[in-house]
Amino acid sequence: MSPPFTINDLWAISPEMVLTTAAIILLILDFLLPPGRRAVVGYTGLLGIGATFAALGASAGVRAEAFSGMYLSDPFTLFFKTIFLLIAALIILISLNYLSVEGVDQGEYYALVLFATVGMMIMAASGDLLSLYIGLETMSLSIYVLAGFLRKDRRSNEAALKYLLMGAFSSGILLYGMTLLYGLSGSTNLKAISRTLAAQDLHNPALTLAMILLAAGFGFKIATVPFHMYLPDAYEGAPTSVTAFMSVGPKAAGFAVLLRVFLLAIPSLQGSWVQLFYVLSVLTMTVGNVVAIAQKNIKRMLAYSSIAHVGYLLIGLVAGSPLGISAILLYLLVYILMNVGAFAMVILLCRQGLRGDQIEDFSGLAQKSPLAAATMLIFLLSLAGIPPTGGFVAKFYVFGAAIKAGYVLLAVIAVVNTAISLFYYMRVAMVMYMREEPSPITALSPSRPLHWALAIAILGILIIGVYPGPFLGWAWVSLTGLL
Amino acid sequence: MITLSHYLALGAILFIIGMFGVLTRRNAIGILMSIELMLNAVNLNFVAFSRYLPPGALTGQVFAIFVITVAAAEAAVGLAIVLGLFRNFRTVNVDEINLMKW
Repeated sequence: MSPPFTINDLWAISPEMVLTTAAIILLILDFLLPPGRRAVVGYTGLLGIGATFAALGASAGVRAEAFSGMYLSDPFTLFFKTIFLLIAALIILISLNYLSVEGVDQGEYYALVLFATVGMMIMAASGDLLSLYIGLETMSLSIYVLAGFLRKDRRSNEAALKYLLMGAFSSGILLYGMTLLYGLSGSTNLKAISRTLAAQDLHNPALTLAMILLAAGFGFKIATVPFHMYLPDAYEGAPTSVTAFMSVGPKAAGFAVLLRVFLLAIPSLQGSWVQLFYVLSVLTMTVGNVVAIAQKNIKRMLAYSSIAHVGYLLIGLVAGSPLGISAILLYLLVYILMNVGAFAMVILLCRQGLRGDQIEDFSGLAQKSPLAAATMLIFLLSLAGIPPTGGFVAKFYVFGAAIKAGYVLLAVIAVVNTAISLFYYMRVAMVMYMREEPSPITALSPSRPLHWALAIAILGILIIGVYPGPFLGWAWVSLTGLL
Repeated sequence: MITLSHYLALGAILFIIGMFGVLTRRNAIGILMSIELMLNAVNLNFVAFSRYLPPGALTGQVFAIFVITVAAAEAAVGLAIVLGLFRNFRTVNVDEINLMKW
């Protein structure tokens, strides 16, 4: 029997250790700095992310299982860890000025963002239900606190409560599914579960129940209909920078573990879970898009739009082919850039005493700042999936994978949904370009870090849109640890 | 003779009581307590499976300890959020906390 713990295991988790250390340093730094110099904490956080990225590069290329298979270090993990670090960097960039605008310029914000990122990285790397759960809760607990970060703001309080109650409830459901899976297979290791189940009778009702509970638990985390009720309220009430984080981080991490569990642990049940996700996918994109039409608050509209995007993403899982799964990865990458970009634009509109989160607040933006309006337009086009943006390429590959796998009807429903989504995305564009700006004219709140984040997002979207080859290749290579 | 089925039945009943509590309670603290009930049902299942499964592996018991730890952290964060909410709303009734559509 191999020893349960060796020094090599520590190498596998070096990126997480670096990031955790960085987060702890931020907490200490926050005490040492005089008030008003909190931005330094944020910039130190960016340095920490850079150091983690270097550690990730150093530990890349090793295909290994650490801690007796609890922790996997393969190309799939590497892909997700890279995009989590990208998310954390973008979120810190858009928060630097926003926090002082909202008057909550506190250092622990950045530490919490990093701790949540550590949780996501553990989730993506987990090869065992236990490490998966620990990562999930590390991420969730940090984000509950972030959602309620505006302590004086009642809507932020409410968002935190709703996110907490639904998050904890879904963890309970997920755990119950895990206990059943453990009881049926005698192990919590994903690969061991798969081996045991392959030799068993698959018509066991307990196994079906376990699968449904797991799908429901993950469904809450990535917000599929009918487990999405909490999401628009949580997104609307939370500080906008945190909403941007919530809309990409937990979703990407949720998809990472969803793919891991369903493809690695219970692939023998694929026949039944494909049907389940087929229904969830259709429901999710239709409800998300239709309800988004009625929204007047842009954060709420983007919340429903993010629900619709989860529906599109699930199509790749239904297709189940390597093409479908790599399309999910590519879609997640594009989704992160365009969604953070769109929320960064909401932050640009936010001033002291004005939330700037109504669609009406975009009135006349084209007159006031043509560049800002054009930037927002590109994000909206990408969200709607119009070429030459990354959103188009991502949708193209996901829908293409569905057609290749024989799910033509699903692809047709998705295309109809894309057409519906055009309506509400273009309404924002219409408000920006066609409406006069209401007087008195209000200034934007630009800042250099926010511009950097917007530039990264827009360049990423356009590069992936025009030249998707290398990114698709990267997503393709990342599957080697999974399928 | 108490068998595995007894433990599983008790776990299932506890879980359903917890779930029912989450869906029907209107007091935020009550909802948090119901969630704890669900997590304890999970712990019971893990420990029972761990005891009765053939190899006698301890994975289930270890998992239960982790769940207990995380539940404690969750309760701390949850109560802090409820306290912060009470300062602004002067209530912990989730029906009255509805600035946004629920």
